[in-house]
Amino acid sequence: MVKHSLTPRQYMILALVAICAPLGDTCLSRGMTRLPAISPSHPGELILAVFTPWIASGIGLLIAFFASYLTALSWADLTFVLPATAFGNVIVAFLARFWLKEPISVERWIGIALITLGVGFVAQGPSLTERPAPEPEAEEVEVR
Amino acid sequence: MSAVVHHPGLWFATAFIAPVILCSTAGEVLTAAAMKSIGDLDEIRARAGMKGAIRAVVTCPLFFAGVGFLALAFFALLLALNYLPLSLVAPASASLTLVTNAIAGKIFLKENVDRRRWAAAVLVCVGVYLLAH
Repeated sequence: MVKHSLTPRQYMILALVAICAPLGDTCLSRGMTRLPAISPSHPGELILAVFTPWIASGIGLLIAFFASYLTALSWADLTFVLPATAFGNVIVAFLARFWLKEPISVERWIGIALITLGVGFVAQGPSLTERPAPEPEAEEVEVR
Repeated sequence: MSAVVHHPGLWFATAFIAPVILCSTAGEVLTAAAMKSIGDLDEIRARAGMKGAIRAVVTCPLFFAGVGFLALAFFALLLALNYLPLSLVAPASASLTLVTNAIAGKIFLKENVDRRRWAAAVLVCVGVYLLAH
């Protein structure tokens, strides 16, 4: 049985999926909270917001997330990619704790432990469901 | 005045969160099916360059069906946030989507969801809920 193990490059793409989405959301959130309130009667201000550094970085990171997510889905199962990349939530929690000095409750520490355990479980298994190779029966019949 | 109900009943919350989860699951499954039908994007890029890889993705109708459902999930999320608090909608939709995707992946994509993957889906689901709550 072939075990679908990943190459270092594929691990790097999974890491990009995990990191880019939460970091992109954080950049968007940081950018939007720094802007003055945008009135629905002036939607043009939203377009200008796109060109501010935090929001532009957030959009760039989310585009990188989507590109790497699509790439990962082209060689791994959906039920492998989703739990494996949930580790990004843990990275963001650690960044919040040690970089932004935000406190983390006991509940959240338990959440971090459970996600880490879940990622460990899924990472031990194959990344892709094995499919039987199509048999060249039809061609053989034609030859006969 | 805000329409947010701070202590919603189970049925009220389900009515707004279920469409988010259903559209999101449909979007993820269709996108995954599209990418499997296209083939390994790394190989396509090595063979036909970045333009070839982008062309392979944007000429796949399943991909647009997936993106359409993901867009619907986004609007369903906005609608849910109009009536329910973020502290309920965000963790509930993020965590339950993992379990519905495992079920849909097994049924529609015929993925081999073994005990290890079920355990991972459930552990990450509870973990994401606790972390995001």
